[in-house]
Amino acid sequence: MSSVPHDLVVGGHPHAHDDHAHHPKGIMRWITTTNHKDIGTLYLWFSFTMFLVGGVMALTIRAELFQPGLQIVQPEFFNSMTTLHGLIMIFGALMPGAVGFANWLIPMQIGAPDMAFARMNNWSFWLLPPAAIMLLLSLFVPGGAASGGWTMYPPLTVQSGMGMDLTIFAVHIMGASSIMGSINIVTTILNLRAPGMTLMKMPLFCWTWLITAYLLIAVMPVLAGAVTMLLTDRHFGTSFFNAAGGGDPVLFQHVFWFFGHPEVYIIILPAFGIISEIIPSFSRKPLFGYASMVYAVAAIAILSFLVWAHHMFTTGMPAASILFYMYATMLIAVPTGVKVFNWLATMWKGAISLEAPMLFALGFLFLFVVGGFTGLILAIQPIDIQFQDTYYVVAHFHYVMVAGTLFAFFGGAYYWLPKWTGHMYNEKLADWHFWLSFIFFNVAFFPMHFLGLAGMPRRIPDYAQQFTDWNMVSTIGAFGFGLSQLVFLTAVVKCIRGGAPAPAKPWEGATTLEWTLPSPAPYHTFETPPVVK
Amino acid sequence: MVVNRMTGTQRWHWRIAAALSFFASTGAWAAWEWNFQPAVTPLAREIVSLHGLIFWICVVIFVGVFGTMFYSLFKHRKSIGHQAVQFHENTTVEIVWTVIPFLILLFMAYPATKTILAAHDTSSPDMTIKITGYQWKWGYDYLQDGFGYYSQLATPLAQIEGRAPKNENYLLEVDNPLVVPVDAKVRVLVTANDVIHAWWVPALGVKQDAIPGFVRDVWFRADKVGTYRGQCAELCGKEHGFMPIVVEVKSKEDYAKWAGEQKQKLQAAADDPNKVWDLKALVAHGEQVFNGNCAACHQANGSGNTALGAPPLVSDKVVLGPVQHQIDVVLNGQNNGKMPPWKHLSDVDIASVISYTRNSWGNKASEGVVQPSEVKAERK
Repeated sequence: MSSVPHDLVVGGHPHAHDDHAHHPKGIMRWITTTNHKDIGTLYLWFSFTMFLVGGVMALTIRAELFQPGLQIVQPEFFNSMTTLHGLIMIFGALMPGAVGFANWLIPMQIGAPDMAFARMNNWSFWLLPPAAIMLLLSLFVPGGAASGGWTMYPPLTVQSGMGMDLTIFAVHIMGASSIMGSINIVTTILNLRAPGMTLMKMPLFCWTWLITAYLLIAVMPVLAGAVTMLLTDRHFGTSFFNAAGGGDPVLFQHVFWFFGHPEVYIIILPAFGIISEIIPSFSRKPLFGYASMVYAVAAIAILSFLVWAHHMFTTGMPAASILFYMYATMLIAVPTGVKVFNWLATMWKGAISLEAPMLFALGFLFLFVVGGFTGLILAIQPIDIQFQDTYYVVAHFHYVMVAGTLFAFFGGAYYWLPKWTGHMYNEKLADWHFWLSFIFFNVAFFPMHFLGLAGMPRRIPDYAQQFTDWNMVSTIGAFGFGLSQLVFLTAVVKCIRGGAPAPAKPWEGATTLEWTLPSPAPYHTFETPPVVK
Repeated sequence: MVVNRMTGTQRWHWRIAAALSFFASTGAWAAWEWNFQPAVTPLAREIVSLHGLIFWICVVIFVGVFGTMFYSLFKHRKSIGHQAVQFHENTTVEIVWTVIPFLILLFMAYPATKTILAAHDTSSPDMTIKITGYQWKWGYDYLQDGFGYYSQLATPLAQIEGRAPKNENYLLEVDNPLVVPVDAKVRVLVTANDVIHAWWVPALGVKQDAIPGFVRDVWFRADKVGTYRGQCAELCGKEHGFMPIVVEVKSKEDYAKWAGEQKQKLQAAADDPNKVWDLKALVAHGEQVFNGNCAACHQANGSGNTALGAPPLVSDKVVLGPVQHQIDVVLNGQNNGKMPPWKHLSDVDIASVISYTRNSWGNKASEGVVQPSEVKAERK
């Protein structure tokens, strides 16, 4: 690693201690590490592990839904699977995945030596495994794991057993981890930028994370409050959500979705950031409208606080509230459109090449827009009456979460793997991974639109026979999609173990600071900040 | 058995063939459903047309956007020697692609707003029905006529567990459907007894969350006689997938006849608590009550489900013990609500179900017969 020619290390004096000699070896390296690259790696592997665990749960759900009738699991366990699948994918796979990218890339993209609070960084990661273990252990306690859906609506969740308490504590811990991670990211971006790197010169990935971190700091405490009230309703005789005691069950939904809707953007904004790095690189052209992209992200973030009740269109709200939330939700289409048009204009008249990162970025664009349009359709309240709590909604959010965020993560992984490992990944494997994922994703999730239209509710373990055909197709697609991810695992492991050596800048059109560092990036980088003109 | 002698591969072939034949056989009923169920109320029809309008606008934009993208992908490729043109930032373009989508949204918002305002007008209904969601059935109360009843899944467990062929309306059939007259504005008041449910009938265009402690109102006016099916649409626990809704829309005359019958039944039921029932009738009625209310936890064969805190009822102390105590447990529940209170069931229902447990699955309680009057006395 330290054998890289010194002139490639922009701004950093390659010190004698600028290598890996100073950290403990073996497991202690990972437990005690305060290095942003190590912690980024930990986050990414944790995220991928949780992705596989949540994936197995998804396949359990799909296997049960292959045919009408109860074949494989009982309803109570089925409900636990849908609940844990949601919680694990959101809090275990997608959010930590995004933090993993942030840890690896933000310091290198702004020319900082590390994250601002290196020790807190270690702590925010190491909170996650205990939380995940608590969630998984809850499957084995009396009464089983939480089964009231990831949205945890009372009074149903007040009825359930101690699995629910474990879930509440796990959510508390993961929330604390997110808040610490966010404070770290905000502080790093605002204080550790290299001289000359003004905010409006930052790579878009840093911008999207800066805004995401503010969203997290604003809403994670709200979620913590909601689940704490749930906990006291369950055990200490309070009646926040109990109508018989003067409470209101719908209050929980308001508080939950005040967290839950910004949460959707917390998950998608870093993905926007990754896509905004990949598309210019492989079009060999700068982003068309940098400033308007930044403003669009900010606009989306602000609007995300004003639309939560569109998740509650069937609770029976007055017409005035429905109209307000419907208009506000529709308005989000405007900044989202600005982003999509900007990505297109960036590609327009570029010199496009289709390596795996770009394939995933295009797959993202294509499918995210499908999810965006179904989101617009769902925003129209009269239509939402028919779609609320059906498979149409399930299709919608998997188009934005899986084909959106997850595809962006895959694209980002291939894009930065050369920088992380020092080796090029195997393009053929990566292309296979893309095409298999793209095809099977659509086989799995597109039919869910039809199921929702035809009237199949979500979260049911068994269904009427007119829904059989599309459920079979969907199950086949889901298994195909799940197995395709083993190709990804293979590609990543092969890339870590070897492969063609990666140059400092393997992508012709890449312009951000991390590409001025050698590949693999040395353990310590930018100890002396580079100067940005 | 033949299957046992198959090799692993053969067994797989057999399974795939079975799956394929199942797949093919689904063509027999309305298969590959991919669009809205036929609408029978003005609101449901408006939803279909609103969806059509917005869907096609989205399709046109989608084709435009991705047509451009694919054009660019083919023409502006590095591999065909295209050189990148280094342009960026253009305020005019930015304004255009902000304003035009905004105008399109206004165009969509107008009809949506009209529909919302119309849907919220619950004034001057022809009749009002109160709907209550229970774990896991629906209660329908005809407020003007004074009668009411429960409506629960009629599909036998054997079909769910694959031990019997499935009915045409598998999981979408109930014992007592909601009955309403055609061409009448029916206002429904929706609430719940325990957790949140949602009353949803796609053909009527009505979905309303049923929230314990709160009453919400919606309305519909069905203009076609027929039977329409829906399901609970809010996760409400273990049997959430098994509490369907069936609405029978009858002609005005048929409805009047049906309502008359219900009132007569009400009259008859009013006398019931003091009538003395024989054991056979009690046990027969009790079995229905048990399977509808108790079997979800205690199991149809009384074997219980300890994971849910439901003890086996076979040779159970309470079931074989003093009648009064068992009536008390059924009425008021025990173990912090793990056994919920069943006060809302009628005296006849409770007397029957207790008699049933005392005379089934090998149970032979010394006090085997419980009369509705005993339950009535215990309620005081």
